[in-house]
Amino acid sequence: MEEGIEACFRFDWPGFSLDVDLQLPGRGITALFGHSGSGKTTLLRAIAGLERTAHGRLVFSGEIWQDQNRWVPTHKRPIGYVFQEASLFPHLTVMGNLSYGMKRNAAARSINLEHAIELLGIGHLLDRTPDRLSGGERQRVGIARALAVSPRLLLMDEPLAALDLKRRQEILPYLERLHGELEIPLLYVSHSPDEVARLADHLVVMEEGRALASGTLVEILSRLDLPIRLGEDTGVVVEAVVAERDRMWHLVRVAFPGGSLWVREQGSKVGDRVRVRVLARDVSIALESHADSSIVNTLPATVSAIRDESHPALCLVRLEAGGTPLLARLTRRSASALKLTPGCTVWAQIKAVALLA
Amino acid sequence: MLTENDWQALWLTVRLAGIVTLILLLIGTPIAWWLARTKRRWKGAIGAVVALPLVLPPSVLGFYLLLAMGPNGPVGKFTQMLGGTLLPFSFWGLVVASVFYSLPFMVQPLQSAFEAVGDRPLEVAATLRASPLDAFFSVAVPLAAPGFLTASILTFAHTVGEFGVVLMIGGNLPGVTRVASVQIYDHVEALEYMQAHRLSAVMLVFSFFVLLALYAWRPNPKKER
Repeated sequence: MEEGIEACFRFDWPGFSLDVDLQLPGRGITALFGHSGSGKTTLLRAIAGLERTAHGRLVFSGEIWQDQNRWVPTHKRPIGYVFQEASLFPHLTVMGNLSYGMKRNAAARSINLEHAIELLGIGHLLDRTPDRLSGGERQRVGIARALAVSPRLLLMDEPLAALDLKRRQEILPYLERLHGELEIPLLYVSHSPDEVARLADHLVVMEEGRALASGTLVEILSRLDLPIRLGEDTGVVVEAVVAERDRMWHLVRVAFPGGSLWVREQGSKVGDRVRVRVLARDVSIALESHADSSIVNTLPATVSAIRDESHPALCLVRLEAGGTPLLARLTRRSASALKLTPGCTVWAQIKAVALLA
Repeated sequence: MLTENDWQALWLTVRLAGIVTLILLLIGTPIAWWLARTKRRWKGAIGAVVALPLVLPPSVLGFYLLLAMGPNGPVGKFTQMLGGTLLPFSFWGLVVASVFYSLPFMVQPLQSAFEAVGDRPLEVAATLRASPLDAFFSVAVPLAAPGFLTASILTFAHTVGEFGVVLMIGGNLPGVTRVASVQIYDHVEALEYMQAHRLSAVMLVFSFFVLLALYAWRPNPKKER
């Protein structure tokens, strides 16, 4: 059986078109990233069968869901869908909402329901009606409801976008847990660079109904040639392992191919796999290593490419630190003064590193 | 107080209104659902036809129905073929006429209720493995329940208040087509003002309580999203 998802859709509406031909992995979290109006939600809805395109081909793990002759309606696709607003059924209790799909799917196993309730921490809410839940609780129930149908593909349409920052912080840990435990592929629509950096393994960048790029998160984030207009959020994600703890100064050293970084400890143990995010604006470049600096993290690296930024004063430099790509945002004057060209050996000084999980 | 004929007329009225409401629940629901969900151009035309009884004089509606159900009308030919009877001046003739007459009072509140439910709950149901029919009964109907209540009460009350169509189609046969409104007309014609007063008062009180029920039970407009 062929793993993965083959999604090819093309249609024109007045003022909006979708034209994608994607091969998505059959495991892990794939983020569909783009600004509003980029077509990411339409693409997700087309995969769910909620939007029917005239020209389309959708194959999931070797099963054809849509082509010229075939159309599997939404209720016959083995999916779970989380909407932007939780969209719970107001006439049913939380438990009624959770069991609605389970009752209708012979393949659903009650172990999944119990696991979903436990995973999302909603055991104490089961008898309530949706109008007695907070926004964050509602969305947790919405996620659990999608998991409880034992889907083979999970689709999430900006599940955090309708929530305020506090509620978002409340739900993100659950999604991160899900990331670790989920054995099925998850397509996650988002316009938040932070969510993408935390959750995604694979990244599809959408713009004006087209997929500009599709690849692993690490690869896509470090590409210079993509107009992923993240602005201040431009930066890379590095997959690393906690190698050492400095209890006295509350730091941990995370190691990856190409070096290691000291970051603030956040309860992770030695041996844990973690993700760190290094923003381009926090990386500066020196030609020599300075021991007398407040910057703890410096890595030897090679310049591999330089590209002008949209503002004429700035440029983006791509560095390779022993196989790990980094991005640095500099003024063009600095780049010129340091005579940076591809192939130069430099020191990347990293002012701040965020430990994601 | 009320004469035996008055009671007979009232009972006939309630029976007529009850049967018409039940029939319209069966006919009006799919029409309202279609009108609420479709994006076809037909929608406007069908909606207008459904709304016609609102503006048409009852005598006009009654006249056409009389022709249709008469011995030379299409409906009349059909009923004659089936059993040899004609619908005008019969109870079931009144039922058929009232179904047309009260159609908008069932369809329009249901249509707004279904429109208020929106696409989203049905999409959610589809992602949870519910077929469209299943989603209709397990999601759309419960969410539109207040609309069903409003539509039923309005249809029942409107049929009770029917007069012109009844005269055109049913005439004035005691126990068969003489409903309360016609009975009151008869009393006035016969200058039995006291009788007319009593029956009118019953209708007035009934109508008030129907509307009271409608407004008092109207659910809180605050909606959970």
